[in-house]
Amino acid sequence: METQIITFESHKNKIAPEKERLGHIEIDKVGITFGHGSEKVEAVKETSLDIQPGEFICLLGPSGCGKSTLLNSIAGYVTPSSGEVLVDGELVEGPAPERGMVFQQYSLFPWKTISENIAFGPKVAGNTESECSSIANTFLAMIGLSKYGNKYPSELSGGMQQRVGIARALANYPSVLLMDEPFGALDAQTRLMMQENLLSIWSEFNITVVFVTHDVDEAVFLADRVLVMSASPGSVIADLKVNLPRPRAPEIATSDDYMALKKQCLDHIRAESLRAFEQQNK
Amino acid sequence: MSGTSADPELSAIEETKTIDDGPDNSPTTPEEKKTFFEKIDLAQIGLVLMTMVRKHGLNFSASIVSLMLGILFWHYATKYNLNFYINFENIPSPLKVWAAFLAQLADTEFYIHIAVSMKRIIIGYVFAILLGVLAGVLMGRSRFSRAMIYPYIEVLRPIPAVAWIPMAILMWPTEEASIIYITFLGALFPIILNTLHGVEQTPEVLVRAARSLGASRLQIFWHVILPSALPSIGAGLAIGMGVSWFSLLAGEIISGQYGIGYFTWNAYSLINYPDIVVGMLVIGGLGTLSTYAVSLMMRPFLSWQRRAR
Ligand SMILES: Nc1ncnc2c1ncn2[C@@H]1O[C@H](COP(=O)(O)OP(=O)(O)OP(=O)(O)O)[C@@H](O)[C@H]1O
Ligand SMILES: [Mg+2]
Repeated sequence: METQIITFESHKNKIAPEKERLGHIEIDKVGITFGHGSEKVEAVKETSLDIQPGEFICLLGPSGCGKSTLLNSIAGYVTPSSGEVLVDGELVEGPAPERGMVFQQYSLFPWKTISENIAFGPKVAGNTESECSSIANTFLAMIGLSKYGNKYPSELSGGMQQRVGIARALANYPSVLLMDEPFGALDAQTRLMMQENLLSIWSEFNITVVFVTHDVDEAVFLADRVLVMSASPGSVIADLKVNLPRPRAPEIATSDDYMALKKQCLDHIRAESLRAFEQQNK
Repeated sequence: MSGTSADPELSAIEETKTIDDGPDNSPTTPEEKKTFFEKIDLAQIGLVLMTMVRKHGLNFSASIVSLMLGILFWHYATKYNLNFYINFENIPSPLKVWAAFLAQLADTEFYIHIAVSMKRIIIGYVFAILLGVLAGVLMGRSRFSRAMIYPYIEVLRPIPAVAWIPMAILMWPTEEASIIYITFLGALFPIILNTLHGVEQTPEVLVRAARSLGASRLQIFWHVILPSALPSIGAGLAIGMGVSWFSLLAGEIISGQYGIGYFTWNAYSLINYPDIVVGMLVIGGLGTLSTYAVSLMMRPFLSWQRRAR
């Protein structure tokens, strides 16, 4: 399905122009441990990263390596045990609407209609009912679900629900969009479609995206930079620039550059998975 | 009569009866009952049954037939003073109960009894909802409040309403207040515990989503926790309504001059047995009605659930 380009003036005004882009993420020597004493788990080993405004970053790593934990520290759900996370120069101390979040599990409010879900952010920010419904309509059109505004989440397919989840996060016009394996539960076909959709939305909104996945193809297809994480405790072991041209279409997956990058990623992942496996069997 | 009776067992009972020879304390003559219960043609019954099954479905018809059979049994058990473990000698017959019910319907005092009971239920129940939901939500969202409140629940919950009656009379200035207090207590615990359960069941990912969308604590409570807990709160409200009736009757039987519980117990004291059953049936009917009212009240808030299926 094609993503529609939105022409509402109010919508255009809320998207930051190219020059003054926000969404600069600095991760400064962040280490995260859970629990105390014998139950202590080191989830993220000291990691430093600099993510530029408007960049599309994929965090790639084996299961349990701490991808979600690192993402949650940017979102503000997890406070680093050491180091700090800054977004546009400000210390992250908790979740905020400037940092939109899309979850792997379905996280729409089941008792709210699709429109109400999308307009939730604007509503709690104090917008009037009519402003909320106009925002909802704008985003419904963007994700191609205009007919579904009055439905409840359970009446939609998984892919549709996840599109609504993305729209809901974007309705706050965040500078950063954080996505934790958002397409993990979808079938391969829907997944491809969602990836293309996401890229066109991203190019329209000019925002920074940090996208967690353990699927190499997904990472290479989407990202400007793929950050490969080591097995637990997680840290970034490879920072691969993806210089594939945009806009990207699924056919790109057969190009030589794509193949080479994918192989690089796979090699890192395989080495890490092996190491993790040996660690677990020790 | 035995010759025309369709059921061989009925006639068997009748034969034993002539030997046992208990007094028949039914007000109506056997002749009248015959017309009512026995003179119906079997074929006619079959026809009525078949149209009922066709019109209302098998299960509904089965319920109706089952109820009719129960009443029929009750009728014969009282008519022939059945005394087989359960003693039917002093039990009023269905026809007597029906007559007593009609008599009560014409009596203003009867309505006052009902109104007084309803008033007590409503006051006690509303207070139980307010306090119960508040306590349940507090405990569900704050470990500290939980540590403060939960011990009281552990200690007080197992005490049945009846056991509270003497204490309630000492605690409150009027008998009315103590009965309402007992009604309130009955509804309180199921509402607290179900609210707590519902709040705890709120998926954390929804709370997180709301936080990242900029919702304040109060907004999260209103838009996420409360709606998520509502199905469970609704269940608590329904159970609470049942228990509060139960508690009310305990209170009314032991003290008070009005209320349907008092009416029922008073009928026993006055050896007015049919009115006992009238009281019981009214209690049952009011209980069912109020539980239905509760589910009706909850329905608009849970419409999203029905859409989901
Ligand atoms: N709240 C927590 N308390 C204790 N340990 C935790 C907590 N959250 C995560 N961990 C631990 O931290 C490590 C990293 O978990 P995390 O969820 O970040 O991994 P992940 O890379 O997202 O894995 P997956 O691909 O399975 O989602 C795991 O060992 C996990 O058990
Ligand atoms: Mg994860």
